Amino acid sequence: MSVDKDIVAKIARLARVRVDESQSEALAGELSNILGWIEQLSELDTEGVEPMTSVVSMKLPLREDEVTDGGYPDRVTANAPEAAHGFYAVPKVVE
Amino acid sequence: MATIKGKTGEWEMVIGLEVHAQVISKSKLFSGASTEFGAAPNSQVSLVDAAMPGMLPVLNRAAVEQAVRTGLGLKAKINMTSVFERKNYFYADLPQGYQISQYLHPIVGEGSIILDLEDGETREVGIERLHLEQDAGKSIHDQHPTQSYIDLNRSGVTLMEIVSKPDMRSAEEAGAYLRKLRTILRYLGTCDGNMDEGSMRADVNLSMRRPGEDMGTRTETKNVNSIRFVQQAIEQEARRQVEVLEAGGEIRQETRLFDGMTGKSRSMRSKEEAHDYRYFPDPDLLPLELDAAWVESLKAGLPELPDEKKKRFMSDFGLPVYDAGVLVADQETATFFESVAKGRDAKLAANWVIGDYFGALNKSGAELGAAPVDAEKLGGLLDLLADGTISGRIAKEVFEAMWDSGQEAAAIVEAKGLTQISDSSEIEGLVDDIIANNPKQVDMFKGGNEKILGWFVGQVMKATQGKANPGLVNQVLKQKLG
Amino acid sequence: MAGLTEITLAEARALLAKGETSSKELTAAHIAAVEAARPLNAFITETPDKALEMAEASDKRRKAGEAGPLEGLPIGMKDLFCTEGVLTTAGSHILDGFHPTYESTVSRNMWDAGAVLLGKTNLDEFAMGSSNMTSHYGGVENPWRKSGDNRPLVPGGSSGGSAAAVAARCALGATGTDTGGSIRQPAAFCGIVGMKPTYGRCSRWGIVAFASSLDQAGPMARTVRDNAILLGAMAGYDAKDSTSVNVAVPDYEAALTGDIKGMKIGIPKEYRIDGMPTEIDQLWLQGIKWVEDAGAEVVEISLPHTHYALPTYYIIAPAEASSNLARYDGVRYGLREGADGTLDEMYEATRGKGFGAEVKRRVLIGTYVLSAGYYDAYYNKARRVRSLIARDFDQAYQKVDAILTPTAPSAAFGMGDKMDDPIAMYLNDVFTVPASLAGLPGISIPAGLSQDGLPLGLQLLGKAFDEETVLRVAGVLEEAAGFTAKPAFLAA
Ligand SMILES: [Mg+2]
Ligand SMILES: [Zn+2]
Repeated sequence: MSVDKDIVAKIARLARVRVDESQSEALAGELSNILGWIEQLSELDTEGVEPMTSVVSMKLPLREDEVTDGGYPDRVTANAPEAAHGFYAVPKVVE
Repeated sequence: MATIKGKTGEWEMVIGLEVHAQVISKSKLFSGASTEFGAAPNSQVSLVDAAMPGMLPVLNRAAVEQAVRTGLGLKAKINMTSVFERKNYFYADLPQGYQISQYLHPIVGEGSIILDLEDGETREVGIERLHLEQDAGKSIHDQHPTQSYIDLNRSGVTLMEIVSKPDMRSAEEAGAYLRKLRTILRYLGTCDGNMDEGSMRADVNLSMRRPGEDMGTRTETKNVNSIRFVQQAIEQEARRQVEVLEAGGEIRQETRLFDGMTGKSRSMRSKEEAHDYRYFPDPDLLPLELDAAWVESLKAGLPELPDEKKKRFMSDFGLPVYDAGVLVADQETATFFESVAKGRDAKLAANWVIGDYFGALNKSGAELGAAPVDAEKLGGLLDLLADGTISGRIAKEVFEAMWDSGQEAAAIVEAKGLTQISDSSEIEGLVDDIIANNPKQVDMFKGGNEKILGWFVGQVMKATQGKANPGLVNQVLKQKLG
Repeated sequence: MAGLTEITLAEARALLAKGETSSKELTAAHIAAVEAARPLNAFITETPDKALEMAEASDKRRKAGEAGPLEGLPIGMKDLFCTEGVLTTAGSHILDGFHPTYESTVSRNMWDAGAVLLGKTNLDEFAMGSSNMTSHYGGVENPWRKSGDNRPLVPGGSSGGSAAAVAARCALGATGTDTGGSIRQPAAFCGIVGMKPTYGRCSRWGIVAFASSLDQAGPMARTVRDNAILLGAMAGYDAKDSTSVNVAVPDYEAALTGDIKGMKIGIPKEYRIDGMPTEIDQLWLQGIKWVEDAGAEVVEISLPHTHYALPTYYIIAPAEASSNLARYDGVRYGLREGADGTLDEMYEATRGKGFGAEVKRRVLIGTYVLSAGYYDAYYNKARRVRSLIARDFDQAYQKVDAILTPTAPSAAFGMGDKMDDPIAMYLNDVFTVPASLAGLPGISIPAGLSQDGLPLGLQLLGKAFDEETVLRVAGVLEEAAGFTAKPAFLAA
């Protein structure tokens, strides 16, 4: 699978990572190489093999329904680049 | 099946609904933060809900239990293994950058809901699936000119997404579906169903087709937060699609946003562009495996649901379908009716509950629980009516007095001396006097004027302030004048 | 007291127990060492004041007869563990100024055991790397040098700062995390012992996530015993981590019996890869001889899907990372760029500036392999192969108790080498990644020197939750190897 600049732009957009024009050519090359290398998996016949969900063989633990957390708005916003009136502040969102 | 008429002929609506119902639980789906409504911003947020680095989800047992109970209530298949997956997208009120949801393996599979339509008709609508997922936070756009404010109190609250099959054909059916779903959720106590508080939200999937033809392209109208709005949105979107189609245009599969103020919806092309959610199983969690015995115990613990109750009211009490439907629409009403009807004439009880009692409730705006007349008192009134102590006419008068004073029926009848006179000798005496004092009217009757009998009845009632047993009065008059 | 930084963690523990030194004295000596070692850039944040406070508190506890298993012992904490009130960066620009309001479970366990924090050690950005060169805070210098060549070498990665700090005698021990080899490979490059426990043994709660299904915390120190002591304090069930396994933590030190007679040690034939330096091969053969001499039975085994482990890893890890790193969006903590634009512009600017080249590469790869149309061909395929790789080990462990392999295909390489060739860099983990994919425990111990005089490591792998056997065999190899060589740079 060879990745071109358009694909780089598309996935960079999906991942919300700005990639400057200057980098995107080189990046396309690197990604193509890595994906090409990864594709050796296709040699392998995995017919009927279950995809691994987790390496730990146990049941998903369940928590009892009790209020044991929260109640510390200051800690929630303590590291915020910008907070106001107890809210996180972000550039205005227009729907 | 409703069709709508376009310039070029009949069109049929194909409607499916996706309902997001907030699960009733103390804490969130994957964190121990509270789910209380309307707290100070970010005060009900755990470090997990705020997606702090290194924070991990731990599943709430109650959320699973509520989803399974709802599935059972919808007569649906419970999937003993289900998987939580990450739905990846960026949004200001989605701290993790993904929503933990269920995708390929939901906890509940196919089920069904019976709609009760106006005419007492019923109609089955299929349930496609029910899955658990996290709610997002809240963006507030009107507090600052250039910024939106983010409150994560809702972030991580448990939602059940309940997806219907595209089985509905009219706005009425969609309304009936939502009402019935809400009733079932409330019976189960898994969601309070308050659409205005956002604890039940609907997305409308709608496409139009010529009757009998294949399904057309559908649009999804999001965020419709009342049953009335859902019906408006359907009517409006159906008309829009017909216009486009009849103008030879094509419907593009898109997400639309309904605006309650204007009653119109608009395309959210912004949201459409380049959506690729990259679902994959959440590696912080393992597949959810249910214990068969536990599911069985939940099944055994389910309350009697509206459809069963309705059947029972019809078979055991011989109520007509309409009355039964009205009485089971709300669990509290059904319970109230049953305690009134217990050991009494159920049809009489139903008439009184649906008639005078609901009338009084509506007039006073009182809550069923807080009304001045409770089930026991209403029962007492019906008993006096049944044993002939009072007449139907007097009963209505007594009921009003009960509502105003909160007193027992018997006490009021006693105090006002409203007991019906059923002693024939007393009535015969009265009748003899009236006949003696009114020879003219007697002659008229004898002359064949049957109508004058009513006048005699009136005289007896006047003399007894309406307490005379009407049947007895007629009988005595006929015999004496006869 | 002189030489306090030269001794092992176990020896320091003994001195403290006998009252021959205090935590304050021991800590002060290590604070000085940390300063002396600054040229290595092993620490992102030094916490000398906090260290002395903790040391004094520790000495008080000891007087009160409340000494914990790590009482008074100064250690380094990989800067991937969230530490309350102490800058936590994950080696990334995007976490600028992040001071967690919480303490990771593993670090909490260690403080509860009495340990003292010297500082937060350098690492590859978000633990993505095998050289420590991807850190926003700059590369770490390996304290070792090739004989007769003073060019700086990498310490390996991602736990390069921890490995360098321990090797240079700045810390008695340190924590690391291992996703595909990030503890074992730097341990090998720096001539120390590093262990990746079974997945689920140490809580992941409060550790900045790279790849959730692979990440596992573990100890790094100069001896096997020191690893056993540290692991005992780090490990344990945590209800806050749904993948933490609720099994008792054994007394790992007690496992160091030195007796492996009759034990079966597997030698996977697929690990003899072409182009592997002969010195690595020879070291491996030497290791085989050592366990045989100790009375163990050596059994050739096959792990047929070994060859596919790296590509599998480089689908699964980036896929999970692309999602785990979505939370770094400039809204709740860390760097924010382009706030005067739209929300999306802010996201793109923040993540564009905040992530380094390797992290971007992996986030984009991960996004790509999960995207519509490629999910089955890449991600699901990789999960299937992962099942096969785990099955390989299951079958092997029917026949053997532990598996012996080299840790890395080479000794430490020069700073800046392989930077232009991601795949060459990825190949560093060829021997460590398979066990990571299977969630199995592994340890690297220094077993000899290359012709250039650089340390080389041997790796022992064990069955799930059988760290004891791994430690026992490692102890025997350590004894046999008698590795006493010291790096060119010593803080002391
Ligand atoms: Mg949906
Ligand atoms: Zn949903």
